[in-house]
Amino acid sequence: MIGSAAAALLVLTGKTAGVSGIVDGALRGESGEWRWKVAFLAGLVAGGLLLAWRMPAALAETSPRSMPWVIAGGLLVGFGARLGGGCTSGHGVCGIGRGSLRGLVGTAIFIAVGALVVFLLRTFA
Amino acid sequence: MKTAIAFACGILFAVGLGISGMLQPAKVLGFLDFFGAWDPTLLGVMVGAIPIYMLAWWRWRGRPSIWGSLVPTKASQVLDARLVIGASLFGIGWGFVGVCPGPAVTNLAAPSVFTMSVLAAMLAGIALSFLVPARVK
Repeated sequence: MIGSAAAALLVLTGKTAGVSGIVDGALRGESGEWRWKVAFLAGLVAGGLLLAWRMPAALAETSPRSMPWVIAGGLLVGFGARLGGGCTSGHGVCGIGRGSLRGLVGTAIFIAVGALVVFLLRTFA
Repeated sequence: MKTAIAFACGILFAVGLGISGMLQPAKVLGFLDFFGAWDPTLLGVMVGAIPIYMLAWWRWRGRPSIWGSLVPTKASQVLDARLVIGASLFGIGWGFVGVCPGPAVTNLAAPSVFTMSVLAAMLAGIALSFLVPARVK
Protein backbone atom coordinates (compact mmCIF):
# COMPACT_ATOMS: atom_id res chain seq x y z
CA MET A 1 0.00 0.00 0.00
CA ILE A 2 2.83 2.40 0.81
CA GLY A 3 4.46 1.50 -2.50
CA SER A 4 1.18 1.98 -4.38
CA ALA A 5 0.56 5.34 -2.73
CA ALA A 6 4.07 6.59 -3.60
CA ALA A 7 3.82 5.14 -7.12
CA ALA A 8 0.40 6.71 -7.70
CA LEU A 9 1.69 10.13 -6.62
CA LEU A 10 4.65 9.76 -8.99
CA VAL A 11 2.67 8.63 -12.03
CA LEU A 12 -0.28 10.97 -11.52
CA THR A 13 1.58 14.13 -10.48
CA GLY A 14 5.30 13.54 -11.09
CA LYS A 15 6.03 14.21 -7.39
CA THR A 16 8.10 12.29 -4.88
CA ALA A 17 6.44 10.93 -1.75
CA GLY A 18 9.22 11.76 0.71
CA VAL A 19 7.42 12.73 3.89
CA SER A 20 10.21 14.82 5.44
CA GLY A 21 10.60 16.83 2.23
CA ILE A 22 6.85 17.32 2.08
CA VAL A 23 6.71 18.61 5.67
CA ASP A 24 9.70 20.83 4.92
CA GLY A 25 8.04 22.37 1.86
CA ALA A 26 4.74 22.81 3.69
CA LEU A 27 6.50 24.59 6.59
CA ARG A 28 8.41 26.92 4.26
CA GLY A 29 5.29 27.69 2.24
CA GLU A 30 7.26 26.75 -0.89
CA SER A 31 5.59 28.51 -3.83
CA GLY A 32 3.64 26.32 -6.24
CA GLU A 33 4.35 23.24 -4.13
CA TRP A 34 2.81 23.80 -0.76
CA ARG A 35 -0.78 23.11 -1.81
CA TRP A 36 -0.21 19.50 -2.80
CA LYS A 37 2.19 19.05 0.12
CA VAL A 38 -0.34 20.27 2.68
CA ALA A 39 -2.99 18.09 0.97
CA PHE A 40 -0.74 15.02 1.27
CA LEU A 41 -0.16 15.71 4.98
CA ALA A 42 -3.90 16.23 5.50
CA GLY A 43 -4.37 12.86 3.77
CA LEU A 44 -1.95 11.24 6.21
CA VAL A 45 -3.97 12.55 9.16
CA ALA A 46 -7.25 11.56 7.46
CA GLY A 47 -5.81 8.07 6.95
CA GLY A 48 -4.85 8.08 10.62
CA LEU A 49 -8.43 8.96 11.56
CA LEU A 50 -9.68 6.11 9.36
CA LEU A 51 -7.34 3.78 11.25
CA ALA A 52 -8.47 5.18 14.60
CA TRP A 53 -12.02 4.30 13.59
CA ARG A 54 -11.52 0.84 12.01
CA MET A 55 -8.20 -0.38 13.41
CA PRO A 56 -7.39 1.58 16.59
CA ALA A 57 -4.67 -0.86 17.64
CA ALA A 58 -2.55 0.31 14.69
CA LEU A 59 -2.02 3.76 16.22
CA ALA A 60 0.37 4.28 19.07
CA GLU A 61 -0.33 6.73 21.83
CA THR A 62 2.61 5.78 24.00
CA SER A 63 6.23 4.84 23.61
CA PRO A 64 8.61 2.49 25.35
CA ARG A 65 10.93 5.49 25.77
CA SER A 66 10.78 8.24 28.37
CA MET A 67 10.21 11.88 27.47
CA PRO A 68 13.82 13.16 27.15
CA TRP A 69 14.56 10.42 24.57
CA VAL A 70 11.33 11.20 22.77
CA ILE A 71 12.13 14.92 22.45
CA ALA A 72 15.77 14.39 21.52
CA GLY A 73 14.74 11.67 19.03
CA GLY A 74 12.13 13.86 17.37
CA LEU A 75 14.57 16.75 17.00
CA LEU A 76 17.28 14.55 15.50
CA VAL A 77 14.85 12.79 13.15
CA GLY A 78 13.61 16.13 11.79
CA PHE A 79 17.00 17.80 11.54
CA GLY A 80 18.83 14.73 10.23
CA ALA A 81 16.23 13.97 7.59
CA ARG A 82 16.52 17.48 6.12
CA LEU A 83 20.30 17.63 6.33
CA GLY A 84 20.62 14.22 4.66
CA GLY A 85 17.90 15.08 2.16
CA GLY A 86 15.52 12.28 2.97
CA CYS A 87 13.89 9.95 5.47
CA THR A 88 12.56 6.42 5.40
CA SER A 89 10.10 7.17 2.59
CA GLY A 90 12.23 9.54 0.50
CA HIS A 91 15.53 7.63 0.62
CA GLY A 92 14.22 4.21 1.61
CA VAL A 93 11.35 3.74 -0.82
CA CYS A 94 11.49 6.43 -3.54
CA GLY A 95 15.30 6.77 -3.62
CA ILE A 96 16.07 3.06 -3.74
CA GLY A 97 13.11 2.52 -6.08
CA ARG A 98 14.70 4.88 -8.60
CA GLY A 99 18.10 3.27 -8.33
CA SER A 100 19.59 6.16 -6.36
CA LEU A 101 22.93 5.39 -4.79
CA ARG A 102 22.35 8.33 -2.43
CA GLY A 103 19.05 6.80 -1.28
CA LEU A 104 20.60 3.36 -0.80
CA VAL A 105 23.58 4.65 1.20
CA GLY A 106 21.37 6.97 3.27
CA THR A 107 19.03 4.09 4.14
CA ALA A 108 21.91 1.74 5.00
CA ILE A 109 23.39 4.40 7.30
CA PHE A 110 20.22 5.23 9.21
CA ILE A 111 19.24 1.59 9.71
CA ALA A 112 22.76 0.67 10.86
CA VAL A 113 23.05 3.69 13.19
CA GLY A 114 19.51 3.13 14.50
CA ALA A 115 20.35 -0.52 15.28
CA LEU A 116 23.54 0.54 17.07
CA VAL A 117 21.65 3.10 19.18
CA VAL A 118 18.96 0.57 20.12
CA PHE A 119 21.69 -1.88 21.13
CA LEU A 120 23.53 0.74 23.22
CA LEU A 121 20.34 1.91 24.94
CA ARG A 122 19.31 -1.67 25.74
CA THR A 123 22.75 -2.42 27.14
CA PHE A 124 23.52 0.77 29.05
CA ALA A 125 20.31 2.71 29.65
CA MET B 1 -6.71 17.78 -9.29
CA LYS B 2 -3.13 17.50 -8.10
CA THR B 3 -4.23 18.54 -4.62
CA ALA B 4 -7.00 15.91 -4.54
CA ILE B 5 -4.61 13.18 -5.71
CA ALA B 6 -2.05 14.15 -3.08
CA PHE B 7 -4.76 13.98 -0.41
CA ALA B 8 -5.88 10.50 -1.58
CA CYS B 9 -2.27 9.25 -1.76
CA GLY B 10 -1.73 10.54 1.78
CA ILE B 11 -4.69 8.48 3.01
CA LEU B 12 -3.47 5.32 1.28
CA PHE B 13 0.07 5.92 2.58
CA ALA B 14 -1.18 6.33 6.17
CA VAL B 15 -3.31 3.19 6.03
CA GLY B 16 -0.26 1.32 4.69
CA LEU B 17 1.81 2.62 7.62
CA GLY B 18 -0.91 1.48 10.04
CA ILE B 19 -1.32 -2.02 8.62
CA SER B 20 2.43 -2.60 8.48
CA GLY B 21 3.01 -1.59 12.12
CA MET B 22 5.17 1.46 11.36
CA LEU B 23 2.98 3.62 13.60
CA GLN B 24 4.03 1.68 16.69
CA PRO B 25 7.36 2.79 18.13
CA ALA B 26 7.72 -0.48 20.06
CA LYS B 27 7.56 -2.41 16.77
CA VAL B 28 9.97 -0.09 14.99
CA LEU B 29 12.46 -0.34 17.86
CA GLY B 30 12.06 -4.14 17.68
CA PHE B 31 12.98 -3.98 13.99
CA LEU B 32 16.10 -1.99 14.88
CA ASP B 33 17.06 -4.44 17.63
CA PHE B 34 19.38 -6.50 15.40
CA PHE B 35 21.43 -7.73 18.33
CA GLY B 36 18.51 -8.69 20.54
CA ALA B 37 15.00 -9.99 19.91
CA TRP B 38 15.05 -8.85 16.27
CA ASP B 39 11.61 -8.49 14.71
CA PRO B 40 12.24 -8.55 10.94
CA THR B 41 8.59 -8.13 9.88
CA LEU B 42 8.98 -4.43 9.00
CA LEU B 43 11.43 -5.44 6.25
CA GLY B 44 8.21 -6.34 4.45
CA VAL B 45 7.48 -2.62 4.11
CA MET B 46 10.55 -2.09 1.96
CA VAL B 47 10.30 -5.44 0.20
CA GLY B 48 6.69 -4.66 -0.66
CA ALA B 49 6.93 -0.97 -1.48
CA ILE B 50 10.19 -0.70 -3.43
CA PRO B 51 9.36 -3.06 -6.35
CA ILE B 52 5.95 -1.43 -6.92
CA TYR B 53 7.54 2.01 -6.94
CA MET B 54 10.43 0.84 -9.09
CA LEU B 55 8.09 -0.61 -11.71
CA ALA B 56 6.03 2.59 -11.87
CA TRP B 57 9.13 4.77 -12.14
CA TRP B 58 10.73 2.56 -14.80
CA ARG B 59 7.60 2.66 -16.92
CA TRP B 60 6.98 6.43 -16.60
CA ARG B 61 10.36 8.08 -16.14
CA GLY B 62 11.01 11.03 -18.40
CA ARG B 63 7.36 11.18 -19.45
CA PRO B 64 4.75 13.68 -18.40
CA SER B 65 2.76 12.47 -15.42
CA ILE B 66 -1.00 12.37 -15.89
CA TRP B 67 -1.93 15.59 -14.06
CA GLY B 68 1.36 17.21 -13.23
CA SER B 69 5.01 17.70 -14.03
CA LEU B 70 7.47 15.35 -15.71
CA VAL B 71 8.32 12.15 -13.87
CA PRO B 72 12.00 12.58 -12.92
CA THR B 73 14.46 10.56 -15.02
CA LYS B 74 17.50 10.45 -12.81
CA ALA B 75 18.01 9.87 -9.14
CA SER B 76 20.91 11.34 -7.22
CA GLN B 77 24.08 9.26 -7.13
CA VAL B 78 25.92 11.90 -5.08
CA LEU B 79 27.50 10.82 -1.82
CA ASP B 80 28.66 13.66 0.41
CA ALA B 81 29.25 14.62 4.03
CA ARG B 82 25.77 16.10 4.28
CA LEU B 83 24.21 12.73 3.49
CA VAL B 84 26.43 10.81 5.90
CA ILE B 85 25.96 13.25 8.79
CA GLY B 86 22.24 13.76 8.14
CA ALA B 87 21.45 10.04 7.83
CA SER B 88 23.53 9.30 10.96
CA LEU B 89 21.66 11.93 13.01
CA PHE B 90 18.39 10.59 11.64
CA GLY B 91 19.44 7.05 12.66
CA ILE B 92 20.31 8.19 16.19
CA GLY B 93 16.95 9.94 16.55
CA TRP B 94 15.09 6.98 15.07
CA GLY B 95 16.78 4.65 17.56
CA PHE B 96 15.81 7.01 20.40
CA VAL B 97 12.14 7.34 19.58
CA GLY B 98 11.13 4.72 16.99
CA VAL B 99 9.13 7.22 14.94
CA CYS B 100 10.03 8.59 11.50
CA PRO B 101 8.36 11.57 9.77
CA GLY B 102 5.39 9.77 8.11
CA PRO B 103 4.20 8.12 11.32
CA ALA B 104 4.87 11.32 13.32
CA VAL B 105 2.32 13.15 11.16
CA THR B 106 -0.15 10.24 10.92
CA ASN B 107 -0.21 9.79 14.70
CA LEU B 108 -1.72 13.28 14.95
CA ALA B 109 -4.99 11.34 14.52
CA ALA B 110 -4.43 9.83 17.98
CA PRO B 111 -3.43 12.88 20.03
CA SER B 112 -1.54 12.12 23.21
CA VAL B 113 1.32 13.75 25.09
CA PHE B 114 3.67 11.33 23.36
CA THR B 115 2.46 11.80 19.78
CA MET B 116 2.27 15.61 20.14
CA SER B 117 5.77 15.77 21.65
CA VAL B 118 7.33 13.73 18.84
CA LEU B 119 5.63 15.82 16.18
CA ALA B 120 6.53 19.14 17.83
CA ALA B 121 10.16 18.06 18.28
CA MET B 122 10.38 16.84 14.69
CA LEU B 123 8.94 20.09 13.32
CA ALA B 124 11.43 22.01 15.45
CA GLY B 125 14.23 19.83 14.05
CA ILE B 126 13.12 20.54 10.48
CA ALA B 127 12.86 24.27 11.23
CA LEU B 128 16.38 24.20 12.73
CA SER B 129 17.68 22.70 9.49
CA PHE B 130 16.62 25.92 7.72
CA LEU B 131 19.46 27.63 9.60
CA VAL B 132 22.07 25.44 7.91
CA PRO B 133 23.32 27.47 4.93
CA ALA B 134 22.44 25.98 1.55
CA ARG B 135 26.13 25.95 0.67
CA VAL B 136 26.83 23.56 3.54
CA LYS B 137 23.54 21.78 3.03
